[in-house]
Amino acid sequence: MFDLTGKKALVTGATGGIGEAIAAALHAAGAEVAISGTRAEKLEELKAKLGDRVHVIPANLSDRASVDALAASAQEAMGGVDILVNNAGITRDGLAMRMKDDDWDSVMQVNLESAFRLSKAMLRPMMKARFGRIINITSVVGVTGNPGQCNYAASKAGLIGMSKSLAQEVASRGITVNCVAPGFIVTPMTDALNDDQKKAITDGIPAGTLGTPEDIAAAVLYLSSLEAGYVTGQTLHVNGGMAMI
Amino acid sequence: MSEIAEKVKKIVVEHLGVDEDKVTDTASFIDDLGADSLDTVELVMAFEEEFGIEIPDDAAEKIQTVKDAIDFISANA
Repeated sequence: MFDLTGKKALVTGATGGIGEAIAAALHAAGAEVAISGTRAEKLEELKAKLGDRVHVIPANLSDRASVDALAASAQEAMGGVDILVNNAGITRDGLAMRMKDDDWDSVMQVNLESAFRLSKAMLRPMMKARFGRIINITSVVGVTGNPGQCNYAASKAGLIGMSKSLAQEVASRGITVNCVAPGFIVTPMTDALNDDQKKAITDGIPAGTLGTPEDIAAAVLYLSSLEAGYVTGQTLHVNGGMAMI
Repeated sequence: MSEIAEKVKKIVVEHLGVDEDKVTDTASFIDDLGADSLDTVELVMAFEEEFGIEIPDDAAEKIQTVKDAIDFISANA
């Protein structure tokens, strides 16, 4: 099950914990993988870890020309893209009353607009191939909201609405578009929390622990698979039960 | 048949998977050749690529038959 041999995947934000796990999971299932991020040396490290069938394509998703160049480079490097994982995301947290225009714009650009531009660039070849998987990594806060994250939550909710619309446009061509919505996941950011803070978080999670990047990667692997071909326009929440939506 | 007409018909046959003899000048993509709205977008994009032209949305909407496509491309290519 979930054999991706011969499939070509592009994963953005592959230098982060979740993106790295996604790239590793797709690669382990047999896919050829293009990994993108802002830090070239981190990408090279990941490539060294994964071995062959890996292409490093650094990109700055806050820049439109760079996004378009990424789409073209990935297609050129692999001869196409069957699976697109829009995982890259940034936060610029702050209460609405204090939020700067730039904090709003940059989060929208990286989290939402780049996902749309990359999806759009992949659609034509995917439509010709009558196969495609687009997976957008959203967040539980895109559905529940979170104080201090008006911009981030809006961008993540935007991904869900975009995915549902696109899913309806291209479903007849064998292309599925879905979201994975992580809850609290173990990352360098949550590592920095003290025990009291960690307890406060886990108290709100029925599973009693934070999730791991591999939990998210497994969901992405499923949605990438041939077996998930009848699943489209959905958001798969991976959050230990902290929000049941 | 002009070179443009030949190319247009070839693209239509390839994209819609229909028999060549059905692709007459008056054939409507949607009513006669079984295209859906997404097919027509794909066709317009294929024409743009083949002939190196840009077909604006309002012009694309008016391209409903094979002849419409040939006429637009002949006038703009």
